[in-house]
Amino acid sequence: MAFQILLNVFLAFLWMFLQVSFSAHTFIIGYLLGLIVMAGMRRFFKSRFYLHRVWAVIYLFLLFLKELIKANLDVLKLVLRPKLNIRPGIFALETELKSDWEVTLLSNLITLTPGTLVMDISDDNRILYIHTIDIDDVSEAVDSIKNSFEKAIMEVSRG
Amino acid sequence: MNVIGEVLIAALLLIGAFLSLVAAFGVIRLPDVYTRNHAASKSATLGVMCILLAAFFYFLFKDGFFSSRLLLGIAFFFITAPVAGHLISRAAYNSGAKMWSQSVRDDLKNKKIQKND
Repeated sequence: MAFQILLNVFLAFLWMFLQVSFSAHTFIIGYLLGLIVMAGMRRFFKSRFYLHRVWAVIYLFLLFLKELIKANLDVLKLVLRPKLNIRPGIFALETELKSDWEVTLLSNLITLTPGTLVMDISDDNRILYIHTIDIDDVSEAVDSIKNSFEKAIMEVSRG
Repeated sequence: MNVIGEVLIAALLLIGAFLSLVAAFGVIRLPDVYTRNHAASKSATLGVMCILLAAFFYFLFKDGFFSSRLLLGIAFFFITAPVAGHLISRAAYNSGAKMWSQSVRDDLKNKKIQKND
């Protein structure tokens, strides 16, 4: 991925030299043209074309915003309801993510969405202990995290 | 500044203030330290985000000034808020703060027991 970005910057500079114009404007145009050329040649790269990963990051961010707003409304309803009808508890979530930064990202996203909070992690970095403000169904909560955040993070980190 | 901008800014400000108010309610109403932590550190994320965005749009529409610092503020808030929430609740659990009597589940207890064996 780093190689592909470097190549793209190199193509942008090539375009600047060809145009004999050294402004940010020309650089951006050159970068976009380089992107098109690289997209055409992408099957010659050993790794995945890096635009896929950029898209995966954007998708993860949008997914996070959606979950943030949804979960905020849920907590809002719980707090403002006249009768306090909550069942808090801690459940264990077994994650398939391996590397440190993936697990950090996952637990940060879980903690940022209201209603769930990562409290501890097992010593082998495989089980997250999550405190949630209202447990309806543990398997459902686990599935929703696994299907949304974990999948999106895997998509970002895939080689 | 046109009307659409004014309405957008006012709406964002009101939503942000309302969410902060609810967070304060939550701190008073909820029963134990963990659930209060949910209210205090989380409802605030969206609330602070809305207020900072409103300030950002205000300067953008009024003076045409793109205040990148406000966007940086949101970004740094998103980095630091979960760490603080995590550390507070973890410290509370490890120092033995009781969970609310009507809590339904505690998987973390098993981990502590296994460790002591």
